[in-house]
Amino acid sequence: MALKGLHLHPLISFGLAILAWEAAIRCLDVPAYRFPGPLAVAEAMKELALSGRLFASITASLFRVTWGFYLATCAAIPLGLVMGIYGPARAFLNPLVQFLRPISPLAWIPVALMWLGIGDRSAIFLIFLSSFFPLLVFTMSAVLSIKVTYIRVGLNFGVTGLKRYTKILLPAILPDIITGLRITLGTAWLVIVAAEMIAVKSGIGYLIIDGRNSMRMDYVVAGMIVIGIIGLALDWTISRLEMLPSVRWVRKRR
Amino acid sequence: MNKIEVRGLSKSYKERRKKRRSPGDCGYRHGCPVLQDLDFRIEEGSFTCFIGPSGCGKSTLFRIMAGFEKPTTGEVLVDGVPISGPSTRHIFVFQEDGLFPWMTAMENVALGAGRFSDPVEREREIRDFLDMVGLKGFENHYPHELSGGMRRRAEVARALIANPEILLMDEPFGALDFITRLQMREEMVNVHQMFDSTILFITHDIDEALQLGDRIIMLSGRPSSVKADIPLPFPHPRDLAIGEMASLRKEIYFHIGIHAAL
Ligand SMILES: Nc1ncnc2c1ncn2[C@@H]1O[C@H](COP(=O)(O)OP(=O)(O)OP(=O)(O)O)[C@@H](O)[C@H]1O
Ligand SMILES: [Mg+2]
Repeated sequence: MALKGLHLHPLISFGLAILAWEAAIRCLDVPAYRFPGPLAVAEAMKELALSGRLFASITASLFRVTWGFYLATCAAIPLGLVMGIYGPARAFLNPLVQFLRPISPLAWIPVALMWLGIGDRSAIFLIFLSSFFPLLVFTMSAVLSIKVTYIRVGLNFGVTGLKRYTKILLPAILPDIITGLRITLGTAWLVIVAAEMIAVKSGIGYLIIDGRNSMRMDYVVAGMIVIGIIGLALDWTISRLEMLPSVRWVRKRR
Repeated sequence: MNKIEVRGLSKSYKERRKKRRSPGDCGYRHGCPVLQDLDFRIEEGSFTCFIGPSGCGKSTLFRIMAGFEKPTTGEVLVDGVPISGPSTRHIFVFQEDGLFPWMTAMENVALGAGRFSDPVEREREIRDFLDMVGLKGFENHYPHELSGGMRRRAEVARALIANPEILLMDEPFGALDFITRLQMREEMVNVHQMFDSTILFITHDIDEALQLGDRIIMLSGRPSSVKADIPLPFPHPRDLAIGEMASLRKEIYFHIGIHAAL
């Protein structure tokens, strides 16, 4: 029953939203070049899919997000661990991180273009920036908020050396890290579209801006919908990690 | 023979504030004195219960005896040697949940089983201890899949399997329901008879202390010192309602200012 409800509710809300959209277009008599109705968008989606452009755009965007996010993860998590564990590193680097963090990745676009030119490298760099700082801060504060009891239990039972990290530190922060990854991947996906509008000539962001330039509002809306669907899929994929048996305790405790 | 000797132990928390948070702010200007000049000895293999008002520093005293914190002045000697830090020789059972939530009951208990080098023997011992505390069949459950009482028992098993010389238990059963507490109390009497560990036990429950202890050390309010030291040379099982136990119980209640003991 619960499962059924889970599947039924989104179907209903999406269905109602599409109906309201269609109704609004008809009642207000909006011309298709201003904002297309659901049928026109479905038609555009089909067109884009058949021409192969949709698939190419999606892979181009996913390619950049994957690389940028992956590189950011590889850099931010180890550095975050070091900053969390080692006080002097934190005292040294944290102010710098806190200063750089609020600078929107979009503000870096001109710099990226100047250094890396139009293309994948710029886009990946921007995704990297958008993910790196939040992940770093997530990791660091996860280390800092480990319950002191866990540390004491570890000391008490003589858990030393490398085991302190593999048996206590990492498992204790893993749930926080996964939450951090989830939120950060969402941000990365937000940023890729903006980056592609300016820094490259392919991907879903480019599909949208190109649709606007050629007055194809149906392409624009189709692009937006694809962004939403992929965002959902990415989030769902990472949320599976939260179901791991050694991670689930955090949810259960509340 | 004396196992533990506490000598002139004092502890103040250092935090000094220039601004007074409230009229009687404890940390204002000077550090907040928690323990003052504690002196007592604990006999090897004995079961000592500590009682005292909330916030008087019982947990602080235990943290110092376990080596997690340093005293401001004075020292704690175990077998004549000052405590230098945490060690598997003195295991602490925490007031709040101390099991690692990311490990199964078995993996948690395995933490205390480091002294067994042969893996087959270790596994058998772990199973025996889980069995002893009634967790057979729950070896592979995570703490959040166990009840509060089962978690406490797993933690006790983890402490006992390490065969510690000293077992420091900080209100281990404080969060349990009444019936479970009574059951755990009985199990602790058995533990005391089966194991050689010197047991130190904090409780708020005077009846619990009377049931379990060879001795009760009563601490005064903060800054706390030993207010009364009561030997309990009675055999188990004990009936608190009759004889000497009953009058002693009344006396203790009277001591803490409750005049109509229930
Ligand atoms: N890290 C700390 N910094 C400052 N003050 C502290 C710290 N830890 C404890 N205290 C103070 O020390 C006093 C004693 O705390 P403690 O936890 O030892 O009490 P307790 O006797 O175990 O109380 P309870 O029975 O409620 O558990 C309290 O007044 C508390 O405010
Ligand atoms: Mg306490």
